[in-house]
Amino acid sequence: MNVRSNGPNFMQAAMNTKRNLVTAALVAPAAAWLCIFLVLPFIAMLVFAFGERAPEGGYQAAFTFAQFAKLPTRAAAFWNTLVLAPAGALLCLLVAYPVAYYLAVRANPRYRLILVSLVVVPFWTSLLVRTYAWMYILGSRGIPNLLAMIGIEDVRMLNTPGAVLLGIVYGYLPLMIMPIYVSLEKLDRRLLEASADLGARPVSTFFGVTLPLSLPGVMTGVALVTILLLGEYLIPQLLGGGKVFFIGNALVDLFLQSRNWPFGSAIAVTLVAVVVVVLMVAMRIAWKVAGTRQVDLV
Amino acid sequence: MLRESDKTRDAVGTPHLQKQPQGTDVTSASTNDIEFRSVAKRYGGVTAVSDINLAVPKGAFVALLGPSGCGKTTCLRMIGGFEQPSEGTVYIGGQPMNGVPAYRRPVNMVFQQYALFPHLDVEQNVAYGLKQMRPRIAAAEIARRAREALEMVRLGGFGKRRIHEMSGGQQQRVALARAIVNKPKVLLLDEPLAALDKKLRTAMQIELQSLQRELGITFVLVTHDQEEALSMSDLVCVMSTGRIVQIGPPQEIYDRPASLFVADFVGKTNRVPATIEAGANSIRLANGVGLPKPASANGTLGAAMVALRPEAITLVRDGAATLQGTVTHRIFLGSSVEYSVEVDGLGDFLVTADRRSLNERDLAEPGERIGLAFDPNALHVFPASTAGSAAITARQR
Repeated sequence: MNVRSNGPNFMQAAMNTKRNLVTAALVAPAAAWLCIFLVLPFIAMLVFAFGERAPEGGYQAAFTFAQFAKLPTRAAAFWNTLVLAPAGALLCLLVAYPVAYYLAVRANPRYRLILVSLVVVPFWTSLLVRTYAWMYILGSRGIPNLLAMIGIEDVRMLNTPGAVLLGIVYGYLPLMIMPIYVSLEKLDRRLLEASADLGARPVSTFFGVTLPLSLPGVMTGVALVTILLLGEYLIPQLLGGGKVFFIGNALVDLFLQSRNWPFGSAIAVTLVAVVVVVLMVAMRIAWKVAGTRQVDLV
Repeated sequence: MLRESDKTRDAVGTPHLQKQPQGTDVTSASTNDIEFRSVAKRYGGVTAVSDINLAVPKGAFVALLGPSGCGKTTCLRMIGGFEQPSEGTVYIGGQPMNGVPAYRRPVNMVFQQYALFPHLDVEQNVAYGLKQMRPRIAAAEIARRAREALEMVRLGGFGKRRIHEMSGGQQQRVALARAIVNKPKVLLLDEPLAALDKKLRTAMQIELQSLQRELGITFVLVTHDQEEALSMSDLVCVMSTGRIVQIGPPQEIYDRPASLFVADFVGKTNRVPATIEAGANSIRLANGVGLPKPASANGTLGAAMVALRPEAITLVRDGAATLQGTVTHRIFLGSSVEYSVEVDGLGDFLVTADRRSLNERDLAEPGERIGLAFDPNALHVFPASTAGSAAITARQR
């Protein structure tokens, strides 16, 4: 009796063990990667953040909140990042949505693939090179020079928040277009016909059906671009020219120039905390949208 | 191919169509909820439908019936405003609809896969059309009417459900409620029952019919299912390769098919090549058997094709019957029995026997020699030329 009932249980247990082993084998590489290159450095950074700067630069063991107390001295970097990153993402959204809508809904299906690949073509060239190009366009030999020729003198474009925003929209547009395009492309055309059939004008159909059903793509795009922008370094460095700087620029200064590792760590840790909070809020909203609207998140 | 005048003359005999005095006269437009006048639709160089003339009287239940690709859905979409005719005009309630967009037409549609809004719950789906009305309707009134429409399709209390929580049959009802809540002049149904299983389909057929009587509005149903068309509608419009081939009440379509295609598509039929000689009072089947000329043969001469319904034939154990054959298969269908009979010189025949007229001993056995008896007037005679082309069409589907 015992033997008989143990048989299947044993088999079951063996199969479960095997399944667990397979799962472990599949997860292991990613887990090891994250552990070595994310968790360990982050722990080191946490430790540094509570330490002191050694006289010759670098880190000296201590336990102090002094670094966090100094955070307000970099308030401008935080302010720029936390305002310009979401603003840049929203600006991206405003430019990207009509493009994605055109590509997914209006464009001739025959040319759609070509048009969509054109969106990605800029990625074939390094963002660094393309941002340098903007430096010339916005710099004194670029548009301001042309404006001077028609009598509008002393226009400064480079090294302004506007220049940074322009660079952001230019650089991150494809990342915003793609998720919105995907969610619009999945949209069932018969729903639009059903809406028109029920008496909805094209504008009502857009706000009543198209926009709500593309919200998952919009959320994905905004979250993606905002999170990437929070760590942005290149665009403010080149187009903000030390006047409009992000946290990324402050970190480079602290680690590479003044060699103040503990303060840099404190700023980095604070940034991570902010990103986590932003992510959680975004997720909460996304869940809410998904919960009440029952649409697949991309 | 029938002309419009022929069709209406045919239709006068039925009580329902007497409301429509002169067919397609301009003056009669107001009594017709929908009218097609020489409508054609082309996509690029491809003609989807052409030469469509159709008048649907107010309050009728009309079925557009035909095989896939015959243009029935194109016609429905031209009524709905999703397609514009390349030629001719569609009238709704007497008004020409050329260039009028879907959202300004007094018609609503039940879409094939229902096309319910996944981001709205059941009640919001039904209320969607009411919210588009201008001048605006008060929110409380919208909710009341939406709930009323849901009651009508027996979905009271389901208003707060999500669409994906509803079964196929329930989604079908939501789509129906959403389409009737705006009180349209005409309700369009695009293969509304295709996704349902057989039992549910039969139940919905009855429900749709009683709903139509209750609302008193015109229904236009698109279907490829001849049984559905015959059982629900009071006017069937059979289409083939982009043209209307016959319009009439269901019984007329079945009993007096205008072409071999209609005979073949609507119900089952046995086809026999035959010849009619000038002056002769008889018709000669391909196996040499002569029969009295049926009434439907008027004027047909020379090579012809004869159609005979399986249920018009009675199997008899009588060596003197006009046709003799050997039973090859017997299919028991519960209420009836279907036989396949190899008729001498004519090939396979399908014969349906009503169960009530049989008892166990009367069932013919496969291999048994049997006689086929039928009333010669049950034969439908078609000229061989049109029969040929119709036969090709029939084989394609």
